[in-house]
Amino acid sequence: MTDIAIIGGGPAGLSAAIYAASLGAKVTLVDDGLELGGQLIKQTHKFFGSEKQFAGIRGIEIAKKMIQDIKEYDNLEVIANATVTGYYEDEVITIVQGVNGDILKKLKAKRIIVATGASENILPFVNNDLPGVYAAGAVQTLMNLYGVVPGNNILMVGAGNIGLIVSYQLLQAGIKVEAIVEALPRIGGYLVHASKIRRLGVPIYTSHTLKEAYGTDCVEKAVISEINQNFEFIPGTEKELEVDTICLAVGLSPLSDLLWQAGCQMKYVPELCGHVALRDDNMKTTKDKIYIAGDVAGIEEASSAMLEGQIAGLNAAISLGYKCDNYQEQDRKLKEELKELRDNPLSEEIRRGVEKALIKEGWD
Amino acid sequence: MLERTGIPTDDDLEKIIPGKKRLARGPVVIIECFQKIPCDPCAISCKFGAIKPFKDINDLPQVDFTKCTGCGICISSCPGLAIFVIDMNYSEGKALIKLPYEMLPLPEKGEVVYALDRAGGKLGKAKVAKVLKIKNKTNIISLEVPKSMAMKVRSIKVEDKNNER
Repeated sequence: MTDIAIIGGGPAGLSAAIYAASLGAKVTLVDDGLELGGQLIKQTHKFFGSEKQFAGIRGIEIAKKMIQDIKEYDNLEVIANATVTGYYEDEVITIVQGVNGDILKKLKAKRIIVATGASENILPFVNNDLPGVYAAGAVQTLMNLYGVVPGNNILMVGAGNIGLIVSYQLLQAGIKVEAIVEALPRIGGYLVHASKIRRLGVPIYTSHTLKEAYGTDCVEKAVISEINQNFEFIPGTEKELEVDTICLAVGLSPLSDLLWQAGCQMKYVPELCGHVALRDDNMKTTKDKIYIAGDVAGIEEASSAMLEGQIAGLNAAISLGYKCDNYQEQDRKLKEELKELRDNPLSEEIRRGVEKALIKEGWD
Repeated sequence: MLERTGIPTDDDLEKIIPGKKRLARGPVVIIECFQKIPCDPCAISCKFGAIKPFKDINDLPQVDFTKCTGCGICISSCPGLAIFVIDMNYSEGKALIKLPYEMLPLPEKGEVVYALDRAGGKLGKAKVAKVLKIKNKTNIISLEVPKSMAMKVRSIKVEDKNNER
């Protein structure tokens, strides 16, 4: 029996765990990775945001700090290398643990916070099953966790923050990034990321996408093409690039299977990149005992995930009767910080998406 | 245009480059940050109040060039690697550029490296005057360039003797 089971040990889940444990709640953190930290442990770049959100600190350092923090709490247990497979009405979650999945556990939890993150999107193109075609997250894992470079000449598909950041990390690993293509007419990620890659000589082609890959046993060549505003290939604009690796950074989708299974009311919100659970501003879903935080609540970034985690952790603990000195004030501050983070033109879609997924007061 | 290419235009740069008089007085910061994003470490890092405190986390940095000493502490604070310090007063013919650098190998003091423009194009060779290793691993390279190149050079390429790719 635990008070709060937190599913996912990335920035959102870790933040939720630390906050709830600091208020005295018995917390069980379940994570499927070999080590905690989620995507943070691959993030070698410095974070944006404000000091409170670890601005200027590299993601790997943030993970280290948070993993250190959770060790301070005797009331916080970690179940690592484990996948939650289901949630049942009698407050029981089922857990499959171990590399071979041969340990089955059941855990009764008064509240659960789902912070399962996201999965990477794939792109349809000719020969996309050739070895040498990777998703950006896989490339980051190989390089930054295991010290293995994926190839020597890379085409990056997608100029969002992930595409830009992973391109930069590839350059740091001494790998040639031949080009970045972006289907949209403008760069989606932070322009400072784009500028720092440009000045290292990597071209960024907007309104371009990957048409096909060539190769016998692995990727040997990629053909990119300009596209029009209807995303149709413009004949005669093809370029051939000699690359051995194609890295796809074409977006993420919320990993919300558990929320579907648990019976939360779900909604397709394109601005949040997929199906998300409806939630109130405490991050509580339509199920009274289930909270969400991070990318599973809508694709955003780690700073907002950490804030959502804190909001969920705080409110889940309060709902169980744990006390927080000046709760109102703490709660208001976190929500205000989150609002400020999103108060810029780039976050316009996020704001619209969150509005669509929000259960307003008095909704009951 | 910046949003399509990742390269700031002359119009973009005109808004953030200090006047000729200030440039002539010696080292001063150039912040090539043109997009409102939630980020404020530069303003926090400045001990002289030259990068004005932000009212909103999404503000663009505003510099009071009369207060800027060109100390360069903000350079490695910037997650976007968008901050440079230019000293047009460095010597008779040369300007000094301090730029953030997170690549390996680091050049050595006195080493001659390629000076790159905002598109990564080679503008010529330039001498490294100083290499400042910073704890957060955004190191600072001081580069001697012809004065006419001071607003063009924004990166370097070091020839890797051990690992030529």
